[in-house]
Amino acid sequence: MKRIYLDNAATTPVDERVLKEMLPYFCEKFGNPSAVYTEAHEAKFAIEAARLQVAKAINADPKDVYFTSGGSESDNWALKGVAFKNRAKGNHIITTAIEHHAILHTCEFLEKEGFDITYLPVDDQGLISLDDLKAAIRDDTILVSVMFANNEIGTIEPIEAIANVVKEKGIIFHSDAVQALGNIPIDVKKLNVDMMSFSSHKIYGPKGVGALYIRKGVPIEPLIHGGAQERRRRASTENVAGIVGFGKAAEIASEELEDNMAHLKALRDALIKGVLGKIPQVRLNGHPVKRLPGNANFCFDYIEGESILLSLDLIGVAGSSGSACTSGSLDPSHVLLAIGLPAGVAHGSLRLTIGRHTTMDEIHYVVDNLVEIIERLRKMSPIDAQSPIDDAVYHH
Amino acid sequence: MMEYTDKVMHEFQNPKNVGEIPDADGIGEVGSPACGDIMRMYLKISDDGIVEDAKFKTFGCGAAIATSSKATEMIKGRTVEEAAKLTNSEVVEELDGLPTEKIHCSVLAAQAIGAAIEDYHKRKGDHSKQQ
Repeated sequence: MKRIYLDNAATTPVDERVLKEMLPYFCEKFGNPSAVYTEAHEAKFAIEAARLQVAKAINADPKDVYFTSGGSESDNWALKGVAFKNRAKGNHIITTAIEHHAILHTCEFLEKEGFDITYLPVDDQGLISLDDLKAAIRDDTILVSVMFANNEIGTIEPIEAIANVVKEKGIIFHSDAVQALGNIPIDVKKLNVDMMSFSSHKIYGPKGVGALYIRKGVPIEPLIHGGAQERRRRASTENVAGIVGFGKAAEIASEELEDNMAHLKALRDALIKGVLGKIPQVRLNGHPVKRLPGNANFCFDYIEGESILLSLDLIGVAGSSGSACTSGSLDPSHVLLAIGLPAGVAHGSLRLTIGRHTTMDEIHYVVDNLVEIIERLRKMSPIDAQSPIDDAVYHH
Repeated sequence: MMEYTDKVMHEFQNPKNVGEIPDADGIGEVGSPACGDIMRMYLKISDDGIVEDAKFKTFGCGAAIATSSKATEMIKGRTVEEAAKLTNSEVVEELDGLPTEKIHCSVLAAQAIGAAIEDYHKRKGDHSKQQ
């Protein structure tokens, strides 16, 4: 059976052009970049070329780009590094209720270490309010972290406006841009951010590599101590092949951004129009306009997300859900709860994320089959419009 | 996604006993939408206490649907007393196992049947047999 991959927000396949660039750095140009001989020079040169490619894609000074093991490390480093370095100035950090777990669980850890964290709420479309942010800022606030685009519902936060509010107060501003890179334009200078997290495998690069942009002068402790790599700020022998791949992937993402955005948007809009038009009792989660070009997230009333995913998988379609059953916990997605959905509705969510390789035929196939899948599962459900059940807990 | 056995996937794709019994002798419902599972079971029980028919309606994941189907199938033909003894581990065994996080689905299926039998006794006015 032909597979249709619609989970591009989770990860993407490595681009052939990226792989080709990486291959020489496994067996031939394998040298440790810190050494002095020829093999080392090739590796060192390749890393700096990749740094330039990533810097160009986000309009950063190459010296401000630090390679890491991925988005999670970048988020951990930004938060812990700034928190511990600036503790004398204050212990208050502001973030949002809809961040990725790499931010939220790091914040929970920092709370245990004595830091005070404010989690800004979002409206029903996933946007934070600048007034809430202004009201949350205190004299002892040392860091604000707001994601650029949400991984589940695709909502794009007004990062430039947020940064301006934060910077005016002299506070450090970080943004997790893992989902944004390659999907919307990023200019760290125009956005006025101090730090930004990126991941390679979301943009058709290899897994296990990412970057943290740290504007010159931002006070931050290292997360990983050891050797003098990454200008003494991030120890560990460089993942040379991975970094080379990330650089190439960033270059391609940047060069093809406009075409890619137009492609994703056309398919996304067809998907949303098809689902909302052909299936009753469904809602689109996230913002109708301020959303990632490849993201569609729906809630289907009266049914549960995992059973939708299993049914889709059986006809060759890969998607994801914010249902508890797919998360390994009893609670549905914190993002869907934060936009105000009742838990019973949040369990019925389906996220389909379009990628570079998705075709319009695939979208039509998915919409047509989804109509049948939803109808079949609803026939099995004890809940419907005539006998709705509210969120009261039954004898369980 | 969860790793399900072939039997669970087969049961999910081809669930038996989906629906309602309009003149059911006992109806039981457990779970809540907040938890992501609701099971409603309908039983038709003969005058001599045999489960003649069982049907279900379930809101839930693949395991919830598969266990509902298997549990209703397993109690058909049993006496009410035997049906009431159905345990979740029997259901799990019939499905060649469930992922640990999904065991509660099988518990719910057994509880839903228990609730339906309780309802049957209540309707009959047979208070001594209420559980």
